[in-house]
Amino acid sequence: MASLELKNIAKRYKGETVLDDVSLSVAEGETLVLFGPSGAGKTVLLRLVAGVIEPDQGQVLIGGEDMTDTEAEDRGIGMAFQNFALFPHMSAFENIASPLEAQRATPGAIRAGVEAVARLLKIDHVLGHAPRELSNGQKQRTALARALAGAPPILLLDDPLRNVDAKLRFEMRLELPRLLAEQNATVIYVTQDYKEAMALGDRIAVMSNGRIEQIGTPADIYLDPANIDIASLFGDPIINLLEVTPAAGSKGLAAQISGVPVRLGNRDPAIAGQEMVMGIRPEAIGFVSAKSKAAIPVDVEAETPLNEKTVTLAKTAGGREILISRPAGTPGPASGKAYISIDGEAALLFAKSDGTRAGKGGQDLETEGEAA
Amino acid sequence: MEYTSPLEKTLRAIALTLVVIFFMFPILWIFLMSFQTNETILRVPPSVVFEPTLTNYQALITGKLETSAASLEINFMRNLFNSVFLSVASVAVAMLLGVPAAYAFARHKFRGSEDIAFTLLSFRFAPPLLVLLPLALYFQQIGLADTYIGLIWVYQLICLPLILWIVRGYFEDISPDIEYAYRIAGHSWFATFRKIALPLAGPGIAAAGLLAFIFAWNNFIFALVLASADKQPVTVGALAFITASGIQYGQIAAGIVLSIAPTLALALYAQKYLVEGLSLGAVKG
Repeated sequence: MASLELKNIAKRYKGETVLDDVSLSVAEGETLVLFGPSGAGKTVLLRLVAGVIEPDQGQVLIGGEDMTDTEAEDRGIGMAFQNFALFPHMSAFENIASPLEAQRATPGAIRAGVEAVARLLKIDHVLGHAPRELSNGQKQRTALARALAGAPPILLLDDPLRNVDAKLRFEMRLELPRLLAEQNATVIYVTQDYKEAMALGDRIAVMSNGRIEQIGTPADIYLDPANIDIASLFGDPIINLLEVTPAAGSKGLAAQISGVPVRLGNRDPAIAGQEMVMGIRPEAIGFVSAKSKAAIPVDVEAETPLNEKTVTLAKTAGGREILISRPAGTPGPASGKAYISIDGEAALLFAKSDGTRAGKGGQDLETEGEAA
Repeated sequence: MEYTSPLEKTLRAIALTLVVIFFMFPILWIFLMSFQTNETILRVPPSVVFEPTLTNYQALITGKLETSAASLEINFMRNLFNSVFLSVASVAVAMLLGVPAAYAFARHKFRGSEDIAFTLLSFRFAPPLLVLLPLALYFQQIGLADTYIGLIWVYQLICLPLILWIVRGYFEDISPDIEYAYRIAGHSWFATFRKIALPLAGPGIAAAGLLAFIFAWNNFIFALVLASADKQPVTVGALAFITASGIQYGQIAAGIVLSIAPTLALALYAQKYLVEGLSLGAVKG
């Protein structure tokens, strides 16, 4: 186990900035998920840590030691590649054995080590096979086994579930946290799947355009996103974004949706009168009866039953589309006119101009205080 | 799968047969000639019916050429040995220098790397004679004329660019991730080169080596200008069959059969190494 720290890392390719002053620290034994759209620089960052790409500037510290100029083989890292990168001319056994061979283990120790990790990943029956004879899932497990075999203090996983089918991805998402915890390693896990990020990460670092936009626990990122982009990346169905201009009223700030005031609770009064985007999670909206207070009339456009929830697409009188999510089996209108109520206090407000968070609610301000 | 009619199949078979006959006939004819005397070869009209004789091969192997006028000494076996030695040594040297160089050009983009690679290729552009005449003078001054070392050196003009450029392409086709994975597993760059890059580029290296061997084997002009009789390969040595008392077609044919045998054998042997597909399934594309 070792801590990992990146200081002011920058990397350019042909004049294009891929990583822009990235600093990051991962504690011993922590699992940090690097999350972001493709092209955000996640893979480049991971390879920088592995030592196969050199940064233009900045430092890579492993266990407190500056490893910026250390060769990849001397960094004590295990890495699983998105494309598996198995050695095609070696059997699965030889593939997994390669880190142990590099450590000059005895043949007996190599055999024992490979078999142990293969059993853990349930590929012990295909160890004699060449990579081309393995299914995608087995290839992925072999690649993972190879990364784990040397018991590296630092484990880098570059979107290992990207190229496997949905069923296996689901299984592995359940299995991986236990597996990673058993390894006792510091882990950086790259993914584009927010569910994977939420399930696996002790903390999540959200990257875009070569920068880290926000680092925090999965709950932080979900409940307290730093900007609109992050809010829309996390959550399924996607967060509702409604343009509003909050106004100060007798009972604090409120936003008008279809002429109905939605109270925003205790917030920074400075945002009154400014153009804002209100983000509301689909599960923070519920159907209500017409007589309820602050009921907003909508037309139900479509209903999509998913396994554990039902998602309804509705349109307000002003033509705004709103997604409403409710647990499966609870009653709700399938079509026609309906009324909804919005929990304004749970709404996230963003400045319309640049998408950053603005006018945080009272509750949010409290958590902010705790974090600091 | 497209459907092919029986007619199309038949026509295709006929076309293929014609092509094969067109290309193989000279070789077959030379093979037949090598078992005939000059008299049967030169009769009109030619015929495939003759009494086979081994005198041509006998003459080549014993080194005594019996013509109607006199008995001549020829050095065919010596030439054959020179051909084998020069080609094998040249290809070996070119491999030793070219394969690591190809790897460097494929993996490390350093300043001027493209220019150097292109310069090496450009050795093949100049007409050989243009290079050879001044080279012959230099070689005489530094004592390399008429030596094996001098010839092998010049043969690099043929072998090195060929190996460099073909093998470079094969190295470039290997996913760098596979090499990174081996490095990260804890192996040095040299171990990665030996255990990952070389085996994966194996078919390419075999193909390049075979081609370089064939080019070196068939070379005529270098040894003609730069070497004397005892260092010359069969391509130059065959000139000895044009004697004062006529051209010895039978011996020439036998000489050709003997001199294409090694390349043919090598090509057949190397065939299995030329089969690609080794890297299939390693990287998800």
